[in-house]
Amino acid sequence: MAGLSLRGVTKSFGNVPVLAPLDLDIADGEFLTLVGPSGCGKSTLLRIIAGLEPQSGGSVSIGGNGVDHLRPHERKVAMVFQNYALYPHMTVFDNIALPLTMARLSLLERLPLLRLFSPRRRGIVEGIVRDVRSVAEQLRIEKYFDRKPGQLSGGQRQRVALGRAMVRHPDVFLMDEPLSNLDAKLRVHMRSELAELHSRLGVTMIYVTHDQVEAMTMSDRLAVMDQGHILQIGTPDEVYKRPASIAVAQFIGSPAINLLAATLRSGGQVELNGSTLPLRIAGQSEGPVSIGIRPESVRLAAKSDDVSFPVKFRRRENLGAESILHFDAAGVEVLCKVAHEGHETIVEPGTDMTLAFSPADCHIFGTDGLRIVTEKIELQSLSGGNRAAALAGQK
Amino acid sequence: MSAAAQVIPATTRRQQWVEALAGISFSAPAFILLLLTILAPLGALIFLNFTDYELGAIDFSYIGLKNFNHAWTDPVIRRSLANTLLYVAIVVPGGVLISLFVAILVHRRTRTRGLYEVIYFLPVTSTLIAMATMWQFLLHPTLGPVNSFLKWVGIGEVAFLSNPKLVIPTLAAIGIWQLVGFNMVLFLAGLSAIPRDLYEAADVDGASNPVDRFLRVTWPLLGPTTMFVIVTTFITAFKVFDTVAVMTRGGPGGASEVLLYAIYLEGFQYFHLSYAATLALIFLAFTLVFSIAQTFILDRRVHY
Repeated sequence: MAGLSLRGVTKSFGNVPVLAPLDLDIADGEFLTLVGPSGCGKSTLLRIIAGLEPQSGGSVSIGGNGVDHLRPHERKVAMVFQNYALYPHMTVFDNIALPLTMARLSLLERLPLLRLFSPRRRGIVEGIVRDVRSVAEQLRIEKYFDRKPGQLSGGQRQRVALGRAMVRHPDVFLMDEPLSNLDAKLRVHMRSELAELHSRLGVTMIYVTHDQVEAMTMSDRLAVMDQGHILQIGTPDEVYKRPASIAVAQFIGSPAINLLAATLRSGGQVELNGSTLPLRIAGQSEGPVSIGIRPESVRLAAKSDDVSFPVKFRRRENLGAESILHFDAAGVEVLCKVAHEGHETIVEPGTDMTLAFSPADCHIFGTDGLRIVTEKIELQSLSGGNRAAALAGQK
Repeated sequence: MSAAAQVIPATTRRQQWVEALAGISFSAPAFILLLLTILAPLGALIFLNFTDYELGAIDFSYIGLKNFNHAWTDPVIRRSLANTLLYVAIVVPGGVLISLFVAILVHRRTRTRGLYEVIYFLPVTSTLIAMATMWQFLLHPTLGPVNSFLKWVGIGEVAFLSNPKLVIPTLAAIGIWQLVGFNMVLFLAGLSAIPRDLYEAADVDGASNPVDRFLRVTWPLLGPTTMFVIVTTFITAFKVFDTVAVMTRGGPGGASEVLLYAIYLEGFQYFHLSYAATLALIFLAFTLVFSIAQTFILDRRVHY
């Protein structure tokens, strides 16, 4: 088992840059998810780590040792592919056994006929059978040993692919959207099974997905990627509660975060629809800013300290335990997630209403899309210099 | 329920009748074409078998299995059958393995792939009659460049087409040369159909040297393609005719007589049309038996 680190890894296909220089450290036993929209370079990064794709620059090390010069199987990594990449002509047993066959038998011992002359082959094969059985038992696939991948369901194939990855006891598990070919129900099930597997094996896992729910639910840390850059790395909580940029805020969270246009006035005050927020921003030039509010932070009834803004009710989506309410705030769609309390009043579409949110729940982003660190109005008493230092530290 | 069952059939029977009629009229064009182009000639062929009809004759009589008995004892037929089988035995493995090898080499090329495809495919597009003339010149004992090269190397003159022992292998080599391009294209299609991530999985699993990649991934996944190539190559090889007709005319001394050439001679040179029909039937039986055997034996090993 080992951690992994990337230093200045870049990749370009011809003149097209795919990955900007990336630094990334993954701790031993960590479950790190690379998440981002398709085409953001996350799969390419995974393939570079696996050794399937050479990087254009930078270096990869696993367990403190550089692996740039090593072939994929020499890196002690295992990979689960999106389409599982099981060998269709081999039985489930042979599929799982292949990595061991390759590692433990010499080329001559693997060739037909010639292998009969090896005296030690029998013992090795018995060892392989034992190891394959123990992995298959963990994944509950022993009963499919004689079947071929074509005769298995998606979930079973997924398990075989996992078995093939596990059987070699790799240092690092690499998974490239392993759940994307499963139906919704099975995906939820496999999600928890994978998380369980990770805690049982205690092995480092790097997981690529475009599904933010998978990223949020399974990972110790997630790295949000877009256009070849890592936008933010942090625990699911950090990324959700303190998104570093609009792109991260919009990508993580469902339904997506609400964005309201506001203005930053001189003196660090933020103005929304003519009313001033009880916030202060230091060190930023005045101009337009965006206020991001998660749908679950939007309230129908204002509490003290809350900022309120007028909206028109549009429609309600019933999700059973909760509802998503759609509003129109001067041409901008605002979503509000509310739990059912059993006494909802039915409101006609088009009704004028007022929504509110707590200043503590809002995220403010500058025109460059990056998060602006805010302070509550109480901080005002600090002297200018101290405040700037405090802010710098916070950032 | 029973009342309804009594009433409905009148309309259902009518509906069934209409459906059957529609089905027949939809399949009729294909069936008629099949009948006219394949089944009727085959029927005529089988009928001719049992007669003594000669091309241009006014009448003919029924002679039963005499034609078969004649074929059974005819030394020319035995010889041409043996020659054909030898030719097939060289062309099938040679044409399949060489084209597989070429396809794997060409498949790895990225920019020059198109160029190689065209080069290897050229023999397929050219008429073999014209090419046979070219080969005849190339292999000519005194004028041909092949022999002048052999003389220059010190091996000396080789009579490719006039040595009875060499003539079939030489024709087979030309047959392979003509087939490689076509088979290569088939293999290339098969190679392109192998998912790339299987090679990547093999790479991660440690099957990364060329021998392992070929044995673990390429060869098994090319199974269906290989089966198709073997069957088509077999049939093409069994039908060898043009090179024999142009280059050797069955010579020297019948050493290159093949089945199709014998049929041609019997039918169109000696006008023994009924006997030629018998030979054609034997020819058909051979290709059919071999194709079916190959399909059944290979099919079980190939599909997954």
